Amino acid sequence: MKLLDKHGALEKNSILLLICILIVVSIGGLIEIAPLFYLNSTIEKVKGMRPYTPLELAGRDIYLREGCYNCHSQMIRSTRDEVERYGHYSLAAESMYDHPFQWGSKRTGPDLARVGNKYSDLWHQEHMAAPRAVVPQSIMPGYPFLAKTKLDYRLISQNLRAHQIVGVPYTDEQVKNAASDLESQVNEDHDNFEGFEKRWPTVVAVRDFDGNKKEITELDALVAYLQMLGTLVDFDLYEEDDPHNQR
Amino acid sequence: MSKKPQLDEETGVHTTGHAWDGIKELNNPLPRWWVWTWLVCIIWGFGYMVVYPSWPLITSYVKGTADYSQRRTVMKEMADIKASRAPMVAKLLAANLQEIQNTPALQEFAMAGGRAAFGDNCAGCHGISASGAKGYPDLNDDDWLWGGTLELIHETITVGVRSIHEDTRINDMPAFLDDELLSKQEIGQVVTLVMSFSDPKITAPKGADVLFEDNCASCHGTDGKGSTELGSPNLTDVKWLYGGDHASLTETISHSRKGVMPSWHGRLSPAAIKGLAVYVHSLGGGQ
Repeated sequence: MKLLDKHGALEKNSILLLICILIVVSIGGLIEIAPLFYLNSTIEKVKGMRPYTPLELAGRDIYLREGCYNCHSQMIRSTRDEVERYGHYSLAAESMYDHPFQWGSKRTGPDLARVGNKYSDLWHQEHMAAPRAVVPQSIMPGYPFLAKTKLDYRLISQNLRAHQIVGVPYTDEQVKNAASDLESQVNEDHDNFEGFEKRWPTVVAVRDFDGNKKEITELDALVAYLQMLGTLVDFDLYEEDDPHNQR
Repeated sequence: MSKKPQLDEETGVHTTGHAWDGIKELNNPLPRWWVWTWLVCIIWGFGYMVVYPSWPLITSYVKGTADYSQRRTVMKEMADIKASRAPMVAKLLAANLQEIQNTPALQEFAMAGGRAAFGDNCAGCHGISASGAKGYPDLNDDDWLWGGTLELIHETITVGVRSIHEDTRINDMPAFLDDELLSKQEIGQVVTLVMSFSDPKITAPKGADVLFEDNCASCHGTDGKGSTELGSPNLTDVKWLYGGDHASLTETISHSRKGVMPSWHGRLSPAAIKGLAVYVHSLGGGQ
C-alpha cells in the first residue's frame, strides 16, 4: 500500500504531524460542535426559563467551588428508568443560562436536576451540616462550615455582568442592583424589596433559606440555588411530541 | 546502527530501520484480523451516517433513514408502561380511598405504587421505615398533626405544609420570646406546665395555667389536646416532634418552629398520591 507507506513522513516530522492533527480535530469540531450554535433545533422553545437571581448565582458558584458536580449530575437522561425516578428528562433549554453547564456523567449521589422544592429548607440545612443525620446510608461529606461562613458578594454585580457579556439576558438594572437584590431575596423587609420584585417579577422563593436571619451565609445562597433547580420550565405548556422538540 | 531496513535472518522479516541502544524493531504487518475489523468499522460508520441523524445542514440536520429519536423512544416507553397500568390506574382513580382500602386487588396495587413512591420521595425526611426524626413526624404511630384518616393523609400529601401549593396546610405559632409576647420567666412557667400534662410527677407553677389559657389554648385547646383541623399538636401525649425536654420546649415556644413539607401535587401523579395515602395509612397509625 503506497499511501500507507507515506505516513513515515508524518511520523518523522513533528511539526507536520501537529498541523495535520489540528486539521483533523478541527473538522471534527466544526461538524460536531459548531452547528449547535446555529441550528434552530438546539434549544427547545419553552415557557418559564429565567436567568438565575444574584442569590441563586452566588449559590451556584458555591456548588462549583465545593465540587458538587464530582458526585451529582444535573441531567435526567431520556430513558424510562430516569424519567420514572427523577421526573421529566432534562431539556437543553433548562441549562441555557448555565456557564458552564452542570450535566455531568458521574453519579455517586443522585441527579439534582429537579431537586428544587423536593425537600424543605430545614432538611437541606440539616443535610448540609451532617448528611447522615437525615439519610443514614449517605456517603456524602458534611459541609457544616457553609452555615457559619458569611457570603462574600462584593463582586456579584460584576458576576452578572460577565454572564450578560456571554449572552445571559440580564437587564442593566438587574446588573446594577445585584447586591441589594441578593439581600432582598432573603429579607422581605429590605429597603429595596419593591425594586427587587419589579426587577424579578417571577421569583417566588423569597425567604431566609438557612434558618439564620441575622446574616446572609453561603448556605443561604446554596439552598436558594438548590430549591429552584428544575422548577422553572412549565411542562404543562411544553409540547413533547412537537417534531421540533424531538432529538 | 543502520538507518535502512534490513532483513532479519532469524525471522525472515525486515526491520523498521530504527535502532535504540542496539535494539532493532521488526516491521511485522498488523494482524490480519485487526485490519479487517478496522475496515469493517469504517464501513459501519458510513452505514450509521445513512441510518441515524448525522450531518448538520443550514437550519436543521440529516435525520437518517431510520428517523430515530431518543426522546420519541422514551415517550413511547412511558406510554407503553402507562397503557399497561391503565386499567388498574383507572380503577384506582375512580374509586374513593375507602373503596381502595376495601378491595384487595386495588389495595395491593396502591400499596405497591405507594411503597415505591415513598422510598424515592418521602424517605429522605421520614426515614425509610417512616419512623421520622426530630422535625419530621413518625408515620408509624397514631399521632397525627393534620389528621390520620385516608382523606386527610391524602390531602396533606397533595398540598404539603407551608409549601408553595396555594391551598397548603399552614398554621402560625408565634415566636413568644422573639415577638415579645412572653418573658423568659413566663415561658419557663409554661414549659413546666406543658411538661406536667404528660408527666404526673411534675407540678405546674402557679399562674402558668392563666398564661396557657391566654396564649396557647386558642390553638392547643384548654386541655392541651390540640386540633388536627388547625394542625396544632396534642401536648398531653409523650410524642414530641421537636423534643419534650425543658430545653427543646423552651426553644419551640421562644422561637417557634414552622416545619415545611413539600406539596407533591404535580411532581407525583394523582394515582401515585392515592397509592401513597393508602401506604402511609397502612403503616400502623391510620385512623
